[in-house]
Amino acid sequence: MLSLDRNNFDAEVLEAQGWVLVDYWSPKCEPCKELKPHVEQLGEKYGDDMKFCELDITKARRVAIGQKVMGLPVVAFYHNGEKKAELTGDITPEAVEEKINELLG
Amino acid sequence: MSKVYDVAIIGGGPGGLTAALYASRGKLDTVVIEKGQVGGQAATTEEIENWPGTEHTTGPQLTDNMKKHAEKFGTEFVRDDVQGLDANGFVKTIKGRNSEYKAKSVIIATGAEPRILGIPGEREFRGRGVSYCATCDADFFEELDVVVLGNGDAAIEEAMFLAKFAETVTIIVIHEEGKVDATPVVADKAFKHEKLRWVWNSTISEIGGDGIVEWVDIKNINTNEVNRMDTNGVFVFVGTVPRTKVFADVINVDDYGYAIVDPQTMESNVDGVFVVGDCRQKYLRQVVTAAGDGATAAVLAEKYIHEEEGFIEDVVDVETPVIVAFWSPASEASMAAMPKIEAAVKELGEAVKLVKIDMYRNKRISTRFEIVEVPTVTVFNKGEVVEKMVGETITTEALVNKVKELN
Repeated sequence: MLSLDRNNFDAEVLEAQGWVLVDYWSPKCEPCKELKPHVEQLGEKYGDDMKFCELDITKARRVAIGQKVMGLPVVAFYHNGEKKAELTGDITPEAVEEKINELLG
Repeated sequence: MSKVYDVAIIGGGPGGLTAALYASRGKLDTVVIEKGQVGGQAATTEEIENWPGTEHTTGPQLTDNMKKHAEKFGTEFVRDDVQGLDANGFVKTIKGRNSEYKAKSVIIATGAEPRILGIPGEREFRGRGVSYCATCDADFFEELDVVVLGNGDAAIEEAMFLAKFAETVTIIVIHEEGKVDATPVVADKAFKHEKLRWVWNSTISEIGGDGIVEWVDIKNINTNEVNRMDTNGVFVFVGTVPRTKVFADVINVDDYGYAIVDPQTMESNVDGVFVVGDCRQKYLRQVVTAAGDGATAAVLAEKYIHEEEGFIEDVVDVETPVIVAFWSPASEASMAAMPKIEAAVKELGEAVKLVKIDMYRNKRISTRFEIVEVPTVTVFNKGEVVEKMVGETITTEALVNKVKELN
């Protein structure tokens, strides 16, 4: 997965063409660390059709808040730079895969 | 056939990790199945100052040490999300999302998760300012304003933790002024805390904003008056719900989902299945009580395996008929019956085996064969009960005749 920070977020997500997934997480968030390896696995499966990225919010808090992310974990889906969908709360790996399939059609 | 563990522990919080330590130190082949990171709810708690012998530690640090401690004695850890349990028979099957696991005993240590309040905006703004985990989300609220709903130990402690980050922390308490459910030592500290603000007799009736949380409606429960207050975050700590859903059709749970176990032994209603920690009915849910449960369950699991394996070896997997005498050294009647049984065994010689079971020390096997009084003698043939004699009906002659009939 591509690691994002405040310097590359705009270029890799908001100015990117096609589908981009962003896994918002933090090293202090246990549920996030549960989910992350599953998202990485999905990245191997769907990586050709969607760019998989992760953002550690402790390194880019303002970027996350700018994206209206104020709690973890959040998995957000962007298309041509626009946020199209978002998963929050108790996110299961199945829910992420379902959403990917729904969005990719 | 896949491997059969002695003990499979579902859940890697303090209860599960302590069970793992005791079981593996007792030379049992032990696995912990955890769906994510080990540590459970404790791992989401920043400050721990009531673990005996350690004045201050953090949840992740303490639980990581517990994991290493269990590993040192040989506990295996696997990552899987358990979906079901088949507990029929001595070897039980745990169905995970990735794999199946077989074990002679199962310790359920799945813990609990935060309760959701169910008010308008709560679901919509999750991840956008509504949170159930201060350690996860505190970073977002540096120099911002947050409210905390709840007044138990978790709510008050997390409010003090949030005060390290946030500009203001307002605690909304449903009770009258000065009354909280938190223990006095926690409450006193909070009342002296300069950064905490208090709203009494109140709850939150709605959460709103434009994309992210901007306000909450605070309702006074005495006057029904509603006041809108600007805030950036809402932390909800109004209790927990047990994670027992996938086991609810196997073990007994109460109306709230808490497992009902024997509080002395952690045994559920299913032989060889134990439940420990926050997911069982109990008075005090703390790291230290979960750990105590785990130790108890591991020792009882070992006893269970020992007794069951002994029974299979001595009674079930035996070629000749077996006389099983249920007795008690405290019962005169059973003491009187013993010489008659011994005489029958002597007369039959190689044709029979004798096993004595103290009914009060091995209640599980006694119950399974519906033994209600001592002395009771059952005759097993090829693993099946073919005769049962109770009290006065036990005679040397009757036993000899029965066994001879079988040979």
